[in-house]
Amino acid sequence: MKIDEICDDFEDLGDPTDQMQYLIELGQGLGGLDARYKTEDNRVQGCQSNVWLIASPDEQNPAAMKFEADSDAIIVKGIVAVLLAAYSGRTPEEILAYPIDEVFERLKLTRFLSPLRSNGLHSMVKRIQALAQHSLAA
Amino acid sequence: MSALNVEEIRRDFPILSAVGETGRPVIYLDNAASTQRPRQVIEAMDRVYETCYANVHRSGHGFSAQTTALYEASREAARKLIGAKSSSEIIFTSGTTAGINLVARSWGDANLKAGDEILLSVMEHHSNIVPWQQLAARRGAVIRWIPVTDEFELDLAATPELLSERTKIMAVTAVSNVLGTINPVRLLVEMAHKVGARILIDAAQCIPHEETNVQDWGADFVAFSGHKMLGPSGIGILYGREELLEAMPPFLGGGSMIRSVTLEGFTPAHLPAKFEAGTPPIAAAIGLAPAIEYLQQVGLSQVFAHEQMLALRAHELLKEIEGVRIFGPSPERKAGTVSFTMEGVHSQDIAVLLDRISGIAVREGHHCAMPLHTRFGISSSCRASVYLYNTLEEVEQLATAVKKARLMLL
Repeated sequence: MKIDEICDDFEDLGDPTDQMQYLIELGQGLGGLDARYKTEDNRVQGCQSNVWLIASPDEQNPAAMKFEADSDAIIVKGIVAVLLAAYSGRTPEEILAYPIDEVFERLKLTRFLSPLRSNGLHSMVKRIQALAQHSLAA
Repeated sequence: MSALNVEEIRRDFPILSAVGETGRPVIYLDNAASTQRPRQVIEAMDRVYETCYANVHRSGHGFSAQTTALYEASREAARKLIGAKSSSEIIFTSGTTAGINLVARSWGDANLKAGDEILLSVMEHHSNIVPWQQLAARRGAVIRWIPVTDEFELDLAATPELLSERTKIMAVTAVSNVLGTINPVRLLVEMAHKVGARILIDAAQCIPHEETNVQDWGADFVAFSGHKMLGPSGIGILYGREELLEAMPPFLGGGSMIRSVTLEGFTPAHLPAKFEAGTPPIAAAIGLAPAIEYLQQVGLSQVFAHEQMLALRAHELLKEIEGVRIFGPSPERKAGTVSFTMEGVHSQDIAVLLDRISGIAVREGHHCAMPLHTRFGISSSCRASVYLYNTLEEVEQLATAVKKARLMLL
């Protein structure tokens, strides 16, 4: 799913219950990660629930990156799905320049997910950016 | 039925009618983390800043005298609340954590040597674990652990054999911040004293909710926080028996804690100033007195009965929900803290839905008690904790919201 579609859907829903249900469904729809990737190295620090994130080259476009991730909390997994929609398939340069705050603003993620502590969200973004940096340097 | 007039009480708490993000007032069930304040406390703090604020125990002018009098009145209110013998035994700290650290540093460093033992319990808050681990590392001491039974209580049968002449201090909580378990403090004090050990009681979850008398307990040290008992954050109390505090070296050095300073050294001040270096959180300390007064006017035994009634209802309703598991003893043997998990669902997901959809504030996570969660094989739980201003209706709404969350998540 494209990030713009997600943002449009989310805004159309409006009602908090429907929005949460939508995030839950996004989480349920995300494939997840094989157990062997759920290592301490791949775990994103700063999240209250466990989030694991890995990057690999995109098969369709070798210049671009592909991200896969998982979480043991389903709403967080839904948010991870949003991040993957925003970042997957982009080149490292595009990732580093991507205005993710605009997505957060449209989805009001930082405002209404207070128990998730928005720093967990920023930790995920930082991890994706670090992986992009690493890919540039390699 | 509750003897409390909850509707009247709620009118004293402006925040309870403030509209939250859901467009309705928040149902605040996170009181074990921090409580709300009545206007009497808020106004007392404002009044200091607006009428007589100055530093305490220093200057001779009128403002300083007035502020110092209020500050000391708060100490006296705390002394009366816990039944301490003398106000010298009441040390203002920043909270329970600071109080425990003070004892671990000052008393611990002076009294522990390599091979000595510290006895803790598996149900302790990290604040009553980490300072002792740090002390053990500094002094080469050993930590032993009182286990927690499958019934969510301290294993008292196993405790005597964990105590010996090597045990120098036992540090346990009066009430578990996760399970709500009420521990038999007097019995624990007896056990510790029998082997000549000192005992510190973490009373952060106890003193705000029930009548307490530290002399009846016979405890050597008792620590608690203002923000968990309708008072300001940043202020807490460490009670210590006078002869112990007298013998302890100062912890922090600085202004106020000295009698005299020369180029060669210093002479510490008398109690309690010896342990109150630097400018304290003056307005917060002053705000503690009206919080204590408020609780005493309502009556702590009524507060306790009210919380038990709410906890009982929470147990009844939550237990009916499929997959819900409550971590804690049966409600008549516990305080107003109800921690639970739901099978197949992460606690965080429940907490997010309670907050966003139902406007209910609970805490989710390990509640600063990771060893306890590990003991029960879980990484996190949801915790609803009530106080004097919570209603049966709010508890019922919690259960309805948990049911709704379950439907959405499974």
